[in-house]
Parts: sequence; C-alpha cells; structure tokens
Amino acid sequence: MEFFRIHRDIPFMRHALVLNVISAVTFLAAVFFLVTRGLHLSIEFTGGTVIEVAYQQQADINKVRHSVEALGLGEVQVQNFGTTRDVLIRVPLREGVKQSELVSQVFGAVCKADGGTVGTRQEVSDKGEQISRPECRVGNAEPVSFKRSEFVGPQVGKELAEDGLKALLFVIIGIVVYLAIRFEWKFAVSAIIANLHDVVIILGFFAFFQWEFSLTVLTAVLAVLGYSVNESVVIFDRIREAFRKYRKLSTSQVIDHAITSTISRTIITHGCTQLMVVSMLLFGGATLHYFAVALTIGILFGIYSSVFVAAAMAMWLGVKREDLAKPATKDLDPDDPNAGAVV
Amino acid sequence: MNRYPWWKYAIILVALLGGLLYTLPNFFGEAPAVQVSSAKATLKLDASLERRVSQILTDAGINPDFVQFEAGSVKARFADTDVQLKAKDALSRGLNPDPADPSYIVALNLLSRSPHWLTAIRALPMYLGLDLRGGVHFLMQVDMKSALTKRAEALTGDIRTLLRDKNLRHAGISRDGNNVEIRFRDRETLTAALNALTDQLPDLTWSEASAGSADLKLTGVLKPDVARRVQETAVKQNITTLHNRVNELGVSEPVIQQQGIDRVVVQLPGVQDTAKAKDIIGRTATLEVRMVDDSAEAVSAMTGSGPVPFGTERYLDRDGRPLIVKRQVVLTGDNLNDAQAGFDNQTHESTVNLTLDANGSRIFKDVTRENVGKRMAIILFEKGKGEVVTAPVIRSEIGGGRVQISGSMTSVEAADTALLLRAGSLAAPMEIIEERTIGPTLGAENIAKGFNSVLYGFAAIAVFMCIYYRLFGMFSTLALAFNLLLLVSVLSLMQATLSLPGMAAIALTLGMAIDANVLINERVREELRNGASGHAAIHAGYERAFATILDSNVTTLIAGVALLVFGSGPVKNFAVVHCIGILTSMFSAVLFSRALVNLWYGRKKKLKTVSVGQVWVPPSEAAPAAVPADETAKT
Repeated sequence: MEFFRIHRDIPFMRHALVLNVISAVTFLAAVFFLVTRGLHLSIEFTGGTVIEVAYQQQADINKVRHSVEALGLGEVQVQNFGTTRDVLIRVPLREGVKQSELVSQVFGAVCKADGGTVGTRQEVSDKGEQISRPECRVGNAEPVSFKRSEFVGPQVGKELAEDGLKALLFVIIGIVVYLAIRFEWKFAVSAIIANLHDVVIILGFFAFFQWEFSLTVLTAVLAVLGYSVNESVVIFDRIREAFRKYRKLSTSQVIDHAITSTISRTIITHGCTQLMVVSMLLFGGATLHYFAVALTIGILFGIYSSVFVAAAMAMWLGVKREDLAKPATKDLDPDDPNAGAVV
Repeated sequence: MNRYPWWKYAIILVALLGGLLYTLPNFFGEAPAVQVSSAKATLKLDASLERRVSQILTDAGINPDFVQFEAGSVKARFADTDVQLKAKDALSRGLNPDPADPSYIVALNLLSRSPHWLTAIRALPMYLGLDLRGGVHFLMQVDMKSALTKRAEALTGDIRTLLRDKNLRHAGISRDGNNVEIRFRDRETLTAALNALTDQLPDLTWSEASAGSADLKLTGVLKPDVARRVQETAVKQNITTLHNRVNELGVSEPVIQQQGIDRVVVQLPGVQDTAKAKDIIGRTATLEVRMVDDSAEAVSAMTGSGPVPFGTERYLDRDGRPLIVKRQVVLTGDNLNDAQAGFDNQTHESTVNLTLDANGSRIFKDVTRENVGKRMAIILFEKGKGEVVTAPVIRSEIGGGRVQISGSMTSVEAADTALLLRAGSLAAPMEIIEERTIGPTLGAENIAKGFNSVLYGFAAIAVFMCIYYRLFGMFSTLALAFNLLLLVSVLSLMQATLSLPGMAAIALTLGMAIDANVLINERVREELRNGASGHAAIHAGYERAFATILDSNVTTLIAGVALLVFGSGPVKNFAVVHCIGILTSMFSAVLFSRALVNLWYGRKKKLKTVSVGQVWVPPSEAAPAAVPADETAKT
C-alpha cells in the first residue's frame, strides 16, 4: 500500500504567495479575536474556586445555579462537565469571601436544594482503603455526590501566567538558537515564525469559541510547538540535501522537491500522532478534552505551516545554495584530487 | 552489513529485562494493609514496634503477608479486607489500652501486592498522583513578613535588655516594620550604644539618622543573610510542625514538601474530608509568652467591670476564665526548643518542662528576676485567636533555659500542654493559596480514561503501521511497545508522580515517537525506489534518517525542558514524562527496531525483497531491472 504516488515534484512554491496571504489573514483574524474577545482563562490563571458534583439523574442546571447564587458569591458559572449528570460550578475570587470555607458552603447549598444534609461519611473502599468524605444524604439516597474541588489563590494564578510566558520565550529562543547552529539563521527565523503563527492560531480558536484555556491547554500548545518545529526541520534537512545534490535546480524548485519527497512522511507521522490525539479526545474525558483539541489544531496547522509558511518564508528571506552547501565541503579533503567528483 | 555486534544485542537485552522487571510491580495492584503510626509527637516509633505488631497479630490468630517498619510507621499487609478489618481491631485493642487517649494510630491502608523480592530491588509501582488516587492537595504560603516581624520584635526585646545591662539610657525603642529604631538624648550614649550593639547583636546593621537632622536616632535593619536564615528556618519549622499534625490523620503516604522559597505543599492521599484536613493542618497556631497584668485596673477588667487597660489584651484560658495580658511579647515559640511532660520528685506533681534556646534563656532569666511572684501567660494563637494554655506564677529567677511549670495538673493535662506547646509552634502563619480535592471515584475514572487513551491510540497506530509498512511496521510497533515499557519502568524506578497529564504525556509521546520509525521506513522505501538493493536500502534508510530523528527530538526536547523548568504541578508532571519518553524513544526507535531488522534480515545474504509495504515507482523513471519487487504487496 502506498498513499503517495507522486510523478514529479509538486510546485508548492508556485502557490506560496496566495497561501501566505491566506495565512496572514488567518493570523490577523486570530489576533483580532484574541484582542477583542480575549481568552476564557481557567481559574488556574484567574484564581477562584471550581467544584464538580455528580448527580444520580440528569442534573437540573438552573436549580443548581439558583441555589449557589443565593449564597451571594458574585458571578457564579454553572455548567455541565462531560456528561449531563456532572456539573461544574465556578466561583470567582472575591474580596471578603473566605475561600477556604467556600467549597463546603457551596456543596451544602447544592445539597440543600435537593433536600439533603451534608455529613461526613467514613467508609472502607472495596480495596481496603479508609476513606472519609463529605456526603449529601436524603434518607437513604445520595442524590448528589462531591467529585472534586479546586481553589487557586490570586497570587498563584499570576505566577502561572508569568511562568507560561517564560516557558514560551525559552522554547522560542532555544529553537532559534538550535536551528541557527544546525542550519542557518534564515531557516531558524522562518521556522519560528511559522510555528508561532500556529500558536497564535490555536489561541485564536480558543478565543473565538471561548473554550476554556487552562494550564493543560498551555502545556499542549508548548508541546505542539516543539513538535511542529520537527516538521520544518525535516523539510529544511531535505532542502539542504537537495541543494547539494541537484546543482541545476533553482531555489524554489529545490524547495518543491524537498517538500514533495517528505510529504508522505509528513502526512503519515502527523496522522499517527493525530490517531493518538483522537483516542484522547474519545476516551480521555472532559479533563483532557481541550488538551486534545489544542493538539489537533496544532498538528493540522503544523503541517500547513511547515510546508507553506516555513519553506516560503525561507524563500522570501532569500535562502541560497551558498548558505547551505558550505558544510558539504567540510567533509572533503581540499587536497583530494577527486574533490569535485562528489554528487 | 546489517548485523549488530553481540554487545549491542546485549545492551538491548539488558534494557528489555530491566524494563520488564521494573514495570512488573505495576501489574500486581494493591492489597489491603494496616498502618500503625504514632499518635503523639512525644512517641517515636522504632523497629521494636514491628515485633510487637507481629506478636499481637499472631496472638489474634491473624496471618499477615508481612510486617515491616518503614519511614516512621509499621505496615502489615493482608490477603483480603476481612482479615484487614480484624487485624485493625486487634491492633487497636492491643496497642491502645485506653481508647480515649490512643498512643498509636491504627489506620486502614493499601500496599502494593508485588512480591517482596521486587520491593527489595526497589522495583515499586508508579507513584500515582492525587488526581488518580483521590485525596487533597494544599499549597500553603508561609507568611514571611510576619516571620521577619517576629524576629524584629524579639530583637527589640534583646536591645532593651542589652542597653539596660550596659546602663545606657535611651529615649525610646520602637519597631517600624522589620527595622528597630532607638532614640537617644545625647551623642555619647549613642556612640557607646552603637558600639555595644554592633558587638553583641550581629543580626542587625545599624545606621545613624542623617547628620543634618537634630534627631539622635539609630536604625537597625536585619542583615539580608539573617533575614534569609529566618525565612529558611521558618519554613523548616512549619514543615516539621505540619508533619506532627498530619500524623494525626493516619494517612498512608503524606507528602509535605517545600516548594520555592516560601511555600509548602501538603498532599494527603485517600483523604476527601477537606474540612477535617484543613482543620488540622490549617491550624495556624503560634505561641507567645507574655506577662499577666495584675494591676487593679486589670483585675476589674478581668471581672468585666472596667475597660481593658492600655497596652494589655484580654484572653480566655482553656476553661473559659478571662485573663488580662500585656501586649509586649517576652518569648515566642521560636525560643522554645522543646516541651515535655514530666514529674517532680520532691512535690510529686506533674510538670511541663520547657527548654529554651540561648537567647530565650537570657530573656527569661531577666524577666523572671524582675517579676518574682507575678504570673506569666503562655498563649497559643490559632486561627488568629489567642488562648491561654497555662499561666503559672513565677516563684524565683530561672536561669539556664530549663523551665518547669508545675501546679494542679494531672499527668494527662501535663502531656497535653506539652504537646500543645510543641506542636503549636509554627514559626510563621500559613495561608492556603491553592487547594484541590479529588474524590475517590474520580481517581479511578481518571486512571481508566488515561489508560484507555493510551491503549486505543496505541492499537490504532499499531494497526495502521502493520498494514502500511508490513513487516517493518510490525518492527516499528514492537519498538513502540518497547518504548512504552522503558518509559513505564523508568517512571517506576524514579518514583516520579504519575498524574492524568502524565498519562496524556505518555500517549502524546508515543504518538510522536512513531515519527522516528515512519522516517526510517519512508527512507528505506525511497532507497528501494531509487533502485538500491535490500541490504543497502535498510542500511542507508537507518543511517540517513538518524540525523533527522536527532534534530526533531532535540526540538521537542527543548519544549519539554522549558515545561520542566517553568512548570509546576501538572505541567511539570507532563514535562517529566514527556522528556523521559523522548529519550527512551531515541533508544527504542533507532537501536531496538534496527536490532529486530538485523535479526530478521541480517543473516540472509542476498536480499530479494524487503517487506516495507508497496514501493511504488513512477512509471516513467522505472528501470525494471533495478526495482526490487515487493511480493507481499502485490497480493
């Protein structure tokens, strides 16, 4: 089986200008949405409290919202999380509200809305571990149970945002330096621009759809940044090789050849990674959902940008045979009489 | 040409066996166990308890898998939960004769079911994070400002004593933030005081008020290294105190660690009851010794008939009786090295014996000399509220730093007081700045989610690779499986925490690691397409792909390292798994898959076909003689 039966080099660079315009438009749109709508940051960055509860039956979101709003905690968000029985309650940080007691307060209110009272239950799991947990009782039934909670103070959120930016900067500098050493600065610059363009587009998606941007999403963005730089590296590698091998080809022809000969690998590799990500989307549950979504966008745009943006950027920056053919001479002994015979 | 020297196979075999061995404990699951730990900070457990526990269990006719003493607690593992419960009852009865005042905490727990010989070679199951096993996580910030303020406050007292000793008259000592200011009436005293202070109190740097001003004032600032030391010890002391408190909960593997300069992480697996956990660890208690005001105004304020006099505060003791106490702090919990319950042989009374540090002893000596017959109060501040633990009368000057508190106390009261004095000494208050609770069912769900993601993703990749690249695809799949094995074994060996993001990292790393094999396989196909012979194609495919594989792994690793350096919590977890996965993938994808290929093809001298899927050749360029036909692909 062979998916890619390519007769001759595909003239990718002929369409470079059009595609680059499209890229620029997408990029600007992403920036526009980032500026106007902003990211819907999770409480990890903003600070606040999240409580997840699970109902036995389908949850009545409005009832939950009313019971929590009655506590007067400010702008409370209540929504389903994953399934219709799981409910996520977000409470923002607020001056004068004691965060440490908030979780039990909210759970108490939610429990009371179902006519129950909160108690502590001591039990031994079937594996033999002692567990004590808060429990909402109505007679013998437990209509709603506590799943998890998370509280993040304001100072932590700020630090996380700062650390995230530092990490992004570190990755950018690290990759530019590595590529500059390994190839040439023109490649380094074009690779990083191409991949930052991906990052901005991922963020643009999150801003446009107002998906929750959490710490795991940030992790995905950075991981995918490192990953799609690979793609550019593979293509650059081929460009260098083609420059040395085919002396007659023009720069754009060399780039076309390099992309054509790697396109099979590009699609298959990304396809495989995407298989894993799809598996995460399907089985990973709500926690990994946006992580997988960010990876998906990152992988798809990673292919596109490596082929059309990175290579084209290198072309616009005027990469020449002389920039890359140099290392080849290193392997040769200048006194070797057969020196010119290398193909 | 496609043969490996024997030592390369040996390396791979060793890695394979090691990987299997250290991955093994993860398959055994967990067995019910009982853990015995100390209920009292005074009671230190040692190996002798192990024998006692074994003895009690044997007497009760219970046969444990094993009993072992490890990390300050004794653990016994049992076959099933029925035996576990019986053992717990037997141990509670046997170890704690008085259930109202238990010396030991006997708690139900889980232990790995893996055999003892595996544990002996440090092959342990992966350490699961709280999101996979349920529990509570707290991040607490130590209030360094108050630690420094307290130090400055204590130093102010020292200065007062020092100047009095040297007979240097000052016009007032005050504390402004972390600085101490002393005013003087004449310059001679100021100079003399400056000399004395620089000599005796090396913790402060002194500066005079600007020459132009008429003020005769000295300002002392805490030296930066002293301030740092104060902060370090504050965090250390708080961690110790937290350890003592958390022991009360009987949690199996509590984590109490310093994070950054001024933060402490507390993780309590298996605990869902945040309220109680917070009650115990959030008990931000600090200890202060102050003088009781016995003046007439104070007495009337005590009965409620008059206002509380200036410079004093009203506190209640443990029985609810009010007491008027001066605001000035004589000693803090910092000066208290130890507090133990004891017994006075002469009076036959229970006592609480305090040991003070050098600084504390000096202050205490002065204070007691001047206040014989008066009362001092030891106040415990919890959640911002002070409570008088004890208010003994000073009978005589006490030097040497050994203080005995006696009088109408039972031995239990004395022990309690000692415990409160000791455990209550948090060096600085702490605030919870991050809190996470994960229910027990959610933990199990998360494990299933993470596991399924990896499993189905892996299966999908395996199916695709095997169909598309045939035998080479099979080798790639085996290499990927080997990568997973190595990754899990390294994580088990390092005992790095595995959380849901970590499992996501495993999935993602595997999805990325296949890239190396795709690169190799594509290269091999390409070489075949260009007319290379079978062996040459394999050789060239691996050789040429390697540089690219290295490049791409380095760039991925750069991102991984960035996450490792700047991330914390879940991000760090992801990064650890990701980075290790990249390193193991280099080994497995290149060395291991090559070894498989070499084993399979290496012996065949003339290689007619290489099963790497169909190699399609553009018809115009096809040179029939040079095209190696792939027979399997034709069918």
